[in-house]
Amino acid sequence: MSEIYDVIIVGGGPAGLTAALSAQQNGARKILVLERDREPGGILQQCVHNGFGLHHFKEELTGPGYAQRCYDLVKDLPEVEILVDTMVLEVRKDKTVRAINPTRGVMELRGKSVVLTMGCRERTRGAIRIPGTRPAGVYTAGAAQRMVNMEGYIPGKKIVILGSGDIGLIMARRMSLEGCKVQAVLEICPFSNGLTRNIVQCLNDYEIPLHLSHTIVAIHGKDRVTGITAAKVDDKMRPIPGTEFEIDCDTVLLSVGLIPENELSNGLGLAMHPLTGGPIVDQRRETSEPGIFAAGNVVHVHDLVDFVSDEAEIAGKFAAKAAVGEGGKASRDLAVATGDNVRTCVPQHLRLGDDAEKVRLFMRVAKPMRGKLKLKVTSGGEEVFAKPLMIAKPSEMIAVDLPEAKVMSLTSGLTVSLEEG
Amino acid sequence: MERKADVVVIGGGITGTAILAALARYDLSCVLVEKEPDIAAGTTKANSAILHAGFDAPTGSVKAKMNVEGNRLYHKLQDELDLDIQWTGSLVCATTEEEEAQIKELKARGEANGVPGLEIWDGNKVREKEPNLSSAIRSALWAPTAGICWPFGMAAAFAENAAENGAEILRDAEVKGIRVEGDKTFTLETTQGEIHARFVVNAAGVYVDKIAALAGDKSFSIKPRKGEYVLFDKTAQDKLVKGIIFPAPTKNSKGILVCATTHGNTFIGPNAQEQDSRDDTAVTTAGMDEIIAGAKKLVPELPMGAAITEFAGIRAVSDTNDFIIGESKTAKGLYHAAGIQSPGLTSAPAIARQLAGEIAKAAGAKEKPNVKKGRPPQPIFRELSAEEQAALIKKDARYGRVICRCETITEGEIVDAIQRPCGARTVDGVKRRTRAGMGRCQGGFCGPRVIEILSRELKIPVPKVRKDGTDSYMYEEKLGGGRK
Repeated sequence: MSEIYDVIIVGGGPAGLTAALSAQQNGARKILVLERDREPGGILQQCVHNGFGLHHFKEELTGPGYAQRCYDLVKDLPEVEILVDTMVLEVRKDKTVRAINPTRGVMELRGKSVVLTMGCRERTRGAIRIPGTRPAGVYTAGAAQRMVNMEGYIPGKKIVILGSGDIGLIMARRMSLEGCKVQAVLEICPFSNGLTRNIVQCLNDYEIPLHLSHTIVAIHGKDRVTGITAAKVDDKMRPIPGTEFEIDCDTVLLSVGLIPENELSNGLGLAMHPLTGGPIVDQRRETSEPGIFAAGNVVHVHDLVDFVSDEAEIAGKFAAKAAVGEGGKASRDLAVATGDNVRTCVPQHLRLGDDAEKVRLFMRVAKPMRGKLKLKVTSGGEEVFAKPLMIAKPSEMIAVDLPEAKVMSLTSGLTVSLEEG
Repeated sequence: MERKADVVVIGGGITGTAILAALARYDLSCVLVEKEPDIAAGTTKANSAILHAGFDAPTGSVKAKMNVEGNRLYHKLQDELDLDIQWTGSLVCATTEEEEAQIKELKARGEANGVPGLEIWDGNKVREKEPNLSSAIRSALWAPTAGICWPFGMAAAFAENAAENGAEILRDAEVKGIRVEGDKTFTLETTQGEIHARFVVNAAGVYVDKIAALAGDKSFSIKPRKGEYVLFDKTAQDKLVKGIIFPAPTKNSKGILVCATTHGNTFIGPNAQEQDSRDDTAVTTAGMDEIIAGAKKLVPELPMGAAITEFAGIRAVSDTNDFIIGESKTAKGLYHAAGIQSPGLTSAPAIARQLAGEIAKAAGAKEKPNVKKGRPPQPIFRELSAEEQAALIKKDARYGRVICRCETITEGEIVDAIQRPCGARTVDGVKRRTRAGMGRCQGGFCGPRVIEILSRELKIPVPKVRKDGTDSYMYEEKLGGGRK
């Protein structure tokens, strides 16, 4: 199999499908999307709730609806081929992609560009070291969501959810709608890690108690969960002795964080960012390896799929341009640093040439802030962009567009920070 | 259902399965009963996975003899049974003058026990081999014959080999009572019906004294002693160790070690906590803190962010503190393999050989003429060359569908694990035979798929699929009745 593709895309979720469309619109003639699941759409297929697409498609969609929209936009394009049930085992620096599936066996595919859109996975019980026994009935919220929404089974009837990430909140509502009793949601941080609208619509509307600064200190039960012990934590997140209380339950769902799925990136030896857990990328979403791009949750975990699509459009576009020899030459490499109160910013650097480009920065703040806030982008000590904010939360990503003219005049690195007052 | 056999082995851990494999070589009808849904469900699934060299146990003890002999036998069985063993050698590290004296004593004891190749290494040589070890380590005892292994895989190998030689393995079969009829036969009352047998082997792990008591033998008792562990992801191995690193031993245990696994993970642990419960394998915050602190004495910089799971196992410590192996003094025809704590894993083939020999002699049995030495081949997709992978997918398309992403385990391997002799019956059984679900996502992605395959292959509905234990059902029908 010595066919050469312009762009090979690893992962057929919203990022991969959007990247494929964007690559097609920007001149790529042979595009291949490799998806491991039985159908494209990625994790959205199990997200049957609404609230997707307000930014990207300007209308409210369900998860499968959003996925379908992405798929419909590419499925009849002659330039785009999608292989499902296909697992990528290795991506090499020469942009050879080794993959397998049941019908075509072992495939060695050559691409001129590669876009990594593998998404993310859930942090597990082991990673956060919850003491206690190891019975059935402890699931990551996403695994349980798949069973409920796609396979048609429930994990149990009396539920405790650890972590107030969005999947945990969504599952609290989902389990309530299935007739199960959600006993409590516990959150180790003093603030929720989910979107405000999810706290309101998934917990408050169903009168599910949210215990902030609380965690599970023991899981009970031999074969099946019979209950948990919860406790309050101090400001170092250590359980405070004497604050323990028991909650009766048969199921524990974990929503304790998402981790970019970067085994292939690591295999490639890409430069990785310690805080995002994803590859370091420039404004075109090109990684440290020329011709290898990345977008979506594999770069950094997003809270809205709309931003995933925005990012995938960028990656798809420049992957196509690189493939057809229109990549252009970068003359300046400027770092994007994080200043006060900003935890992460993607892209981590800008590689600028002569072509005019606008740049979109995605940021997450370190702690919740409220009041008169100012998001500031500086370069060489000079303010190049500022945006007033009333509220900033670690759970809600902030996107900022730097105008073309500003970008083109930059000569030194950027620093993004969030100031009070 | 009523059954008849020459020998019944109680307990499907490493000891019971090894004994069954040894017995099945004779012209004896053999049945093994295991109370859990799958074999290797007790101590065998949660231990340090080390084949010890044999310098720890007091010279002249049963433990010392079985350890050295078992280690020797595994070197031979490795190829016959395709066992996952790496002979990494082990180091016992001394950080004080007192401990240096202690490891010299261990060396002398090991030599008296017949352990080959023991050496004392200075700190520099130790760190040359294991660069992440503490600079406080002054010297260490090197034992080249120690190794790391995959205990569950070894128990499965013994069980599969026994099945190949005609032995029957009954799971979900708990022994509730033993009737001794005259001095000729035993009747075992199990949850799978009665079994009549001339000989009974008691290899019931932490319940071995309870089983003995059912047959009227109250000559020993077991004190459970829990050990907790933390397991690290493969990606952290370059910050940890490549072999087996012990501290100087304490009175109750070999101490908290840092040790590689045959799959490229690393664990730290175990501690040693006496408890009354025989099945409380809960991990505790205090225990985690204890093993992290202990392991830091060997490897000061532990990559705690790469921890993927914690677990605990229970040691079956006998009141003699030694193995109790042989025929019961009070119930003729009942043979014990009791008090099998460390080095039980290492000793299993030696214990098996001794007990099977004794029983064959008492029964007047002979070795069967065409004994099968191996077990059916088990393709491991990720270890094959690209050509072999392509050929395998061509033969069976299910090897082209990856179910577990973290460990690259295919549907073909999972179906094979279920359909082989003594195949998997539970999600954890699949995990232990194939590693599906053992990686960094701990079954987050593949769990639902594995459940679906188990349901299909075993022809049971999804709500009947279990995780591990007897009542460990995972999912239920929706309250409205579901889609069916």
